[in-house]
Amino acid sequence: MSDTILNIENITKSFPRVIANKKVTFDIKENAVHAILGENGAGKSTLVKILYGLLEPDEGNIKLNNKDFKVNSPAEARKQGIGMVFQHFSLFDSLSVKENLILGIDEKMSYSDLENKLENISSRYNLPLDLDAPITALSAGEKQRVEIVRILLQDPQILIMDEPTSVLTPQEVESLFVTLNALVKEGRTILYITHKLEEVISICDTVTIMRSGEIIDTSSTANQTAKTLATKMLGQKLDDLKTNYGHIKDEVNFEVKNISCDFNDPFLTDLKNISFQVRVGEIYGIAGVAGNGQSELMDILTGENINIKSGSITFDNKKIEKYGPQKRRDLSISFVPENRLGHSAVPELSLSENILLSQFPKNNFIRNGIILKNNVDDFANNVINEFKVITPGNDAKASSLSGGNLQKYVIGREISSKPKILIISHPTWGIDAGAEHSIRESLIELSQNGTSIIVISQDLDELIEITHKISVIYDGNLSKPFKTSEIEIEKLGLLMGGKNE
Amino acid sequence: MNSLFPSIVSRSQSSGLMNFFVPIISIVLTLITGSIIFVLLGFDPVYALYTFFISPISSTYGISELFVKATPLALIAIGLSYCFKNNIYNIGAEGQLTMGAIFGGGIGILFHDTNAFWLLPLMIFAGAIGGALWGLIPAILKTKFNTNEILTSLMLVYVALFILDYLVVGPWKDPFGYSFPKSRPFSESGRMPLLFDGLRVHFGLIITLFLIFVSWFIFSKTIFGFQLKVSGYSPKAARYAGFNQTTLVFFAFAICGAFAGIAGLAEVSGPIGLLYRDISPNYGFTAIIVAFLGRLHPIGIIFASLVIALTYLGAEDAQLFLQIPSAVGFIFQGLVLFYLLGAELLINYKLTYKKLL
Repeated sequence: MSDTILNIENITKSFPRVIANKKVTFDIKENAVHAILGENGAGKSTLVKILYGLLEPDEGNIKLNNKDFKVNSPAEARKQGIGMVFQHFSLFDSLSVKENLILGIDEKMSYSDLENKLENISSRYNLPLDLDAPITALSAGEKQRVEIVRILLQDPQILIMDEPTSVLTPQEVESLFVTLNALVKEGRTILYITHKLEEVISICDTVTIMRSGEIIDTSSTANQTAKTLATKMLGQKLDDLKTNYGHIKDEVNFEVKNISCDFNDPFLTDLKNISFQVRVGEIYGIAGVAGNGQSELMDILTGENINIKSGSITFDNKKIEKYGPQKRRDLSISFVPENRLGHSAVPELSLSENILLSQFPKNNFIRNGIILKNNVDDFANNVINEFKVITPGNDAKASSLSGGNLQKYVIGREISSKPKILIISHPTWGIDAGAEHSIRESLIELSQNGTSIIVISQDLDELIEITHKISVIYDGNLSKPFKTSEIEIEKLGLLMGGKNE
Repeated sequence: MNSLFPSIVSRSQSSGLMNFFVPIISIVLTLITGSIIFVLLGFDPVYALYTFFISPISSTYGISELFVKATPLALIAIGLSYCFKNNIYNIGAEGQLTMGAIFGGGIGILFHDTNAFWLLPLMIFAGAIGGALWGLIPAILKTKFNTNEILTSLMLVYVALFILDYLVVGPWKDPFGYSFPKSRPFSESGRMPLLFDGLRVHFGLIITLFLIFVSWFIFSKTIFGFQLKVSGYSPKAARYAGFNQTTLVFFAFAICGAFAGIAGLAEVSGPIGLLYRDISPNYGFTAIIVAFLGRLHPIGIIFASLVIALTYLGAEDAQLFLQIPSAVGFIFQGLVLFYLLGAELLINYKLTYKKLL
């Protein structure tokens, strides 16, 4: 095997009230895919941000090629040969691929040089790009390719990939793996941050497992199974989830009928004649590749957008398509949009204050316009305890929580008011296995107690695990529903690609 | 070798302690810069600073004057914080102040020979209405036509000033005023009662303290204050929560306008006693500095208004005793704002010198 390229020694980083990295020590071998596996909040992001010059460690040393390595900014890190592809893309939507690539280059380069370089990179690493396409026209996988190419232009020795598969279709994941393999073959090293166990086993050579800021283990992935990794990552075993159909009542309580909506906006997908029905206690899944009208549909289901062209939404025999979010909540409809920071929660506000974003009639948070702080705090504490949210207290800012913890908190907030229907988009997007499991568990439990749930998600595994019925959204059209226990994955895959027999 | 020009890099965390010290640091830096300016002008900096900042408040009368100036500044600044918390940049408080003075003063002129207990409350009410209506114009333009409130509110300042100009040289001119551009004086019951005999500090101070207390309560205890804050931080979260943002914009502008209007009325019915051209030495603009120096917090705004009021008084004394133009007061206000914005930037960003290879 090869030599060590990066030594990480005793890295410690603490934030107010939290130690994110505790004496983290491990080596990364050259010319390999090295996974860092851990739940959200385990300290993976902190560690990677230190490597990439976004954070400064309190203690500890890093050596790159046996030389002391210390950088104060991503630009310096790139100069030293470390590149990073973030989970959330940082591209200019209205510019073309080429323009985005040019913006990412630090040094001066002639235009023809750039084109030669791009062609070279594209063909060598299986990264085809349409240079003139605007970013908005690209799928998540194609956007990721742009990000990777942008980093490769700087010729990094080490490439950090942060949760790279969270927004990709199964086909795009495969193509990404081909790229990663080609990069490793060339002698590069990949640091692969993930919480997905299967990926670690299928693509990574070595895995470092982190839990609560500490290194649990660094070992070869040979002879590991998803189960053994999960046990190390979580420190406990997960039960299998079970859905059953027994509790579903034969009574439709939420019906969407022929909803159409035109936006006249190249960044949005028009909705075309969408209809579906949800029965009491049923979990209804809407699958689809990102950007096929999911967020547009979500806005209409929550009432954040009430400007529809035609169609109706009926809940408990009331037409509600013209109701805003608060009026819908008054009817016991609850929702959790995809984005936590700045949509379902305000990062600058405390956990307690974030409770007030979503109020139901029986909450008793406000009397005569005055906030009853004790009631709000009690409710927040209750959510924190019941949903095992890891936080120093209800006065902590929402931004201080890891993605998984904040999502547990937001979903806990909604579930605690016992809604009749919960509409949720991407419930476990970008969060770790432990939080993912507990969220899915609470959704199933909620449905068994008679709440109808609509889940919009790109994660097919998730939908198959928890839903009773699935339909697929493609280019603003919604397919007919399929019973989850009877559907074939291939069929869903075809529908997601727009092929309807 | 490092590059000559620093680049600005975001800090991962801003220091809470420094955040608290920003106003104090800004004031200290302003004093240092001020003394340098005085030295360059050929004055003994200690004497100049004493003349500017200490001598104006070394008598009871001076302290009373400090409160006379601080009253409109604090009242407008607390009104502005309704807008600024909601991320609405209302720059037009000066116009709203002027409209308040016109509406309230108009009532005072109409009843110039009436003496009744209801006259002053009616004038205050009319002042609030005038300011609020003037504030609602940019609110309507913003919510209906998506115009930029910075521009519209600012332009409306000059419209209001010209309306006042027209009134005091035209229809509202004092018939016994020898053609001076001023209105009739208000009747005795149309004047703000003085708090102490022989001092100009008036009942407007009590109104201001009361409204600051009410605003503190609204900001920290009510759902309305919460909605303003959420909508300022994240419009998307406010939409998710179902807060009506149009209503919030209207309320923020109306409240700010009303407060500025009351401040304007308090000026004309307090120290002045009639309407004329220059009723405000830019209180509406200076209050923007007060609001930010006070960090949009009611207590902070009280202190900030006193500091900035002192620059007005200091400028007058500097003119008298040092024979320098009173515009030096604006220089000090500008310096405070400059250092405030600078400190604000450096809390969230740091300067680094890139290595040149």
